Amino acid sequence: MHFVVCLKQVPDSSEVRIDPVTNTLMREGVPSIINPYDAHALEEAIRLKEKVGGKVTIVTMGPPQAKEALRKAMSFGADRAVLISGREFAGSDSLATAYILTQAILKINETEPVDLVLCGKEAIDGDTAQTGPGIATRLGFPQLTYVIKVVELNEDSITVHRKLETGREVVQAKLPALLTVEKELNEIRYASLPNVMKAASYEPEIVDAKTIEFDPSQMGLKGSPTSVSKIFAPPVRSGGEKVDGTKDPSGAAAQVVEKLFQENIIMQKGGSR
Amino acid sequence: MENFDVIVVGGGPAGLSAAISAARAGMKVCVVERGDYPGTKNVMGGVLYTQPTNEVVPDFWKDAPLERPVIEQRYGIMSKDELFTAAYRDPAWGQPPYNAHTVLRVKFDRWLAEEAEKLGVMIVPETVVDDLLYHGDDVVGVRTTRPDGDLGAKVVILAEGANNFVAVKAGLAKPLHPDSVAVVAKEIIALPAEKIEDRFCLEPHEGATIELFGDSTDGILGTSFIYTNKDSISIGVGAMVGAMGRKGWSPNDLLENLKAKPYIKRLLQGGEIKEYLAHLIPEGGYNSVPKLYRQGVMVVGDAAMFVNGLTREGSNLATTSGLIAGKVAAEAIQSGDTSAQAMSVYETRLRDSFVIKDLYKFRNLIGLLENNPHLLGEYPEMLNQAARMYFTIDGTPKTEVFKNIMGVFTKRRGKSGLVKDMFKAWRALK
Repeated sequence: MHFVVCLKQVPDSSEVRIDPVTNTLMREGVPSIINPYDAHALEEAIRLKEKVGGKVTIVTMGPPQAKEALRKAMSFGADRAVLISGREFAGSDSLATAYILTQAILKINETEPVDLVLCGKEAIDGDTAQTGPGIATRLGFPQLTYVIKVVELNEDSITVHRKLETGREVVQAKLPALLTVEKELNEIRYASLPNVMKAASYEPEIVDAKTIEFDPSQMGLKGSPTSVSKIFAPPVRSGGEKVDGTKDPSGAAAQVVEKLFQENIIMQKGGSR
Repeated sequence: MENFDVIVVGGGPAGLSAAISAARAGMKVCVVERGDYPGTKNVMGGVLYTQPTNEVVPDFWKDAPLERPVIEQRYGIMSKDELFTAAYRDPAWGQPPYNAHTVLRVKFDRWLAEEAEKLGVMIVPETVVDDLLYHGDDVVGVRTTRPDGDLGAKVVILAEGANNFVAVKAGLAKPLHPDSVAVVAKEIIALPAEKIEDRFCLEPHEGATIELFGDSTDGILGTSFIYTNKDSISIGVGAMVGAMGRKGWSPNDLLENLKAKPYIKRLLQGGEIKEYLAHLIPEGGYNSVPKLYRQGVMVVGDAAMFVNGLTREGSNLATTSGLIAGKVAAEAIQSGDTSAQAMSVYETRLRDSFVIKDLYKFRNLIGLLENNPHLLGEYPEMLNQAARMYFTIDGTPKTEVFKNIMGVFTKRRGKSGLVKDMFKAWRALK
């Protein structure tokens, strides 16, 4: 079975700050990491490969430095990595990115038919959660978003648990399909030494508009209808109310419970007090 | 299991120098590094002398990421509010062949690792070596903590740094003792280049260093330093761990005290803290150097206690010991003999080099300063007091001024105390 994982290199968001004066992202010197959700997608692909056999191909779009993320990804046990890189792709929004990744996956599909595409549910730098579904739509694959468990995978179908706000949903889809995954799906492994060593000298395949046919009007700034008009830091939250529990803990607890009822944060059974 | 001629444990200056010299001699070399890449776990104050590194990568200054060539070295002795300084400045040091540069190890070591890779060295990052791999009594490789984590080697070079766990497990070194290790707390503070140049009286592309003794370590054996980078300043304090614990100081307290000194505050004003770092420095000196070799193994750099605290040299000794170990490994492997006797050539050559000669020369210094805390506690105060008397003009005749100055010293130490102190210092340094 052939698994394709879409992976994005993102700035380590715990170290990005917003310039309070210009309201722009201060990205200088911020290290890049594999988008954490994508890392879980990769882990799942490798686990499925280990179970049913096959091959894992990683696809990413980014500057030449993204090679590092691909090497790191290879160390977990992937088989092939493709880097879509070139000036013509710069400035692409999620719509254009979905188009570009789709074209690359279709190209890969010509020689090695794709059974399952795995993406993170969203990237931590944009939080749009649009690229995965965008690829599924273009490929004409059923899309299973917010996956937290793969129950079954066989020749022609996949069954997963999806995380919804109201609970979980068990769904089955025909293959080929596309998943976008949550962190709960799995725990990322500690890569084996032979794989780390193989990955250290791995050279990803680089493709651009010369290797794959792209429609220039659908990519880069031209193909990106969204634009960022404003970036701002969320307002600093004012401190909450404190109840002193050092002298009379049970009285303080009762006070807190009373407050929670008043604010309708907790409700008694039946919705009334 | 993959096999190499030489496995180097640790990608710091010692390990990378060993890897490069072994690779130059035709060896198949692997460096196992626990950080994301070589450099991420490496900390030093920040002065890189040209000579030893130039032997690893000739003319390295043409490509390597360096900060500023050091053209002025300033030494200062602090009491609470006073400061006595002396400096040497030579603009010629700003031209090749430079004497020293300030560097940020995280950038420099990454570059050095890439130089090693160009020579075919394999760098395995994010991997911790847990122990040596034995066949009977013979060392045949290393065991990492990763799944399928064994690697074979004919010679293992331990360049694991101050925390020398593998060397301890192998019975070569003793666990670190709080009285033979210092801890340094350091900050990198961003400042525009022009501000740095104004405050330190530098031309663009010139750098300065300041070493400070006295009050900032509260009499504990240690030093403070301030180094100029391109657009940041490295500032730090290092002091012996044991004494710091006994006096109830944390490394951060000492650094904050230093930064609050009026003279230093002004140098850093308006800067933004970019990085906070801390690291152990093995300061045990000659008397705590571990066993440096056994069959198939050599210990280099910080792991071997190769630090000369007095002259702030650590990476020099690390680099030179790495270079020698890499060459000895290659010679041993080529002659098919990696016995303890073959490895002992490493120690012989070290003894002929400045590495052990310097450590031996200053072998009694640490004991002297630790056993005589007044040397770092009282003398800085006395010196500053004397300087104040000398420079204050208040109508006192000079004969009397000189008499008073002598009085400062004799009153606090007594004539015989002064003679004793001088004799002890002379004995430790002769």
